[in-house]
Amino acid sequence: MRFIEPHAHMVSRVTDDYERMAVAGCEAVCEPAFWAGFDRSSAAGFFDYFCQLTGHEPKRAAKFGLKHFCWLCINPKEAEDVKLAEEVIALIPQFLDRTNVLGIGEIGLNKNSRNELKVLEMHVDLAARYNQLILVHTPHLEDKLKGTRLILDVLKGDKRIRPGRVIIDHVEEHTVAMVLDAGCWAGMTLYPETKCSPARAIDILENYGQERIWLNSACDWGVSDPLAVPKTAVEMKKRGHNSAMIDKVIYQNPRKFLGQCPKFKIG
Amino acid sequence: MTKQQVIDLYFLDARHKVIEVAAFLDRVERAAGKDDFRLKAFRAALGELGGSQREKARRVLLAFSDPTTKPIAEAESKGAVGAWPAKSH
Repeated sequence: MRFIEPHAHMVSRVTDDYERMAVAGCEAVCEPAFWAGFDRSSAAGFFDYFCQLTGHEPKRAAKFGLKHFCWLCINPKEAEDVKLAEEVIALIPQFLDRTNVLGIGEIGLNKNSRNELKVLEMHVDLAARYNQLILVHTPHLEDKLKGTRLILDVLKGDKRIRPGRVIIDHVEEHTVAMVLDAGCWAGMTLYPETKCSPARAIDILENYGQERIWLNSACDWGVSDPLAVPKTAVEMKKRGHNSAMIDKVIYQNPRKFLGQCPKFKIG
Repeated sequence: MTKQQVIDLYFLDARHKVIEVAAFLDRVERAAGKDDFRLKAFRAALGELGGSQREKARRVLLAFSDPTTKPIAEAESKGAVGAWPAKSH
């Protein structure tokens, strides 16, 4: 089995996780910029984080034969402070030429506030000006439905954005259709307690098809499993899906989307 | 998969989860105090499980969701609690 982990916060994981992922067949791991679990006190903290994502983390992954790619932004959880967000967004262009940067992400909304929306629009504008792929985080739990609608409105409102270059992550049964109908890619996150279980993710694949959709673990500093994608592949096998179908969902689909960035080269 | 294969694969897991839900309700109901908005949303979600309507998972998720469409003035917290508070009003 081979797979791409298209969404993982490896700075929060121990080195053993890289080894386990490599042993399970992972060929590349992609790391969106994320909230650290606490608010950073200045833009300088983000500068250091972007250096970590573009310099240190690829070396850590390479020790296990894994390619490491990343996405840059200020996460929606820190987007209530618009002035800080402006300072962080101003830092990003100098990193966009780094060899492992795939685009702008994970941008989006958290509590669906006006300031979060403003910062989302600033990120979308940045992506459009620099012709970058976009990875979008949708809100948690009760906020997901409304947030997904607001995010799609922002994307549709910017005519420079081509939906096929946008992945909207953390979809569930009540949001997947609107994302696919908008022409965007959809990501399903496999979490032990929230988001999708392996069984539900496979239900969604069976109901909505296998085009423009991927699976990820979004493993971070919380309850999460860096092997969630290969474990879901095993569940797919139990349900009678053949190897070609599994390979499409866990390897070819992410490769197709991410390959729109010329820097994404694996295998 | 056939219906029989689905049942064979997932019945015990689903049985376990429905007993956990029942035990949770027993635990809440024997505790002192009042229901809050989360429990009200939970009971509304349970109402989506009966009958022959399809898309039960989607309906349950909608029962917990904020149905409004305008952004809020300001994010006062970072976390989500699992149910929309205004549903209780």
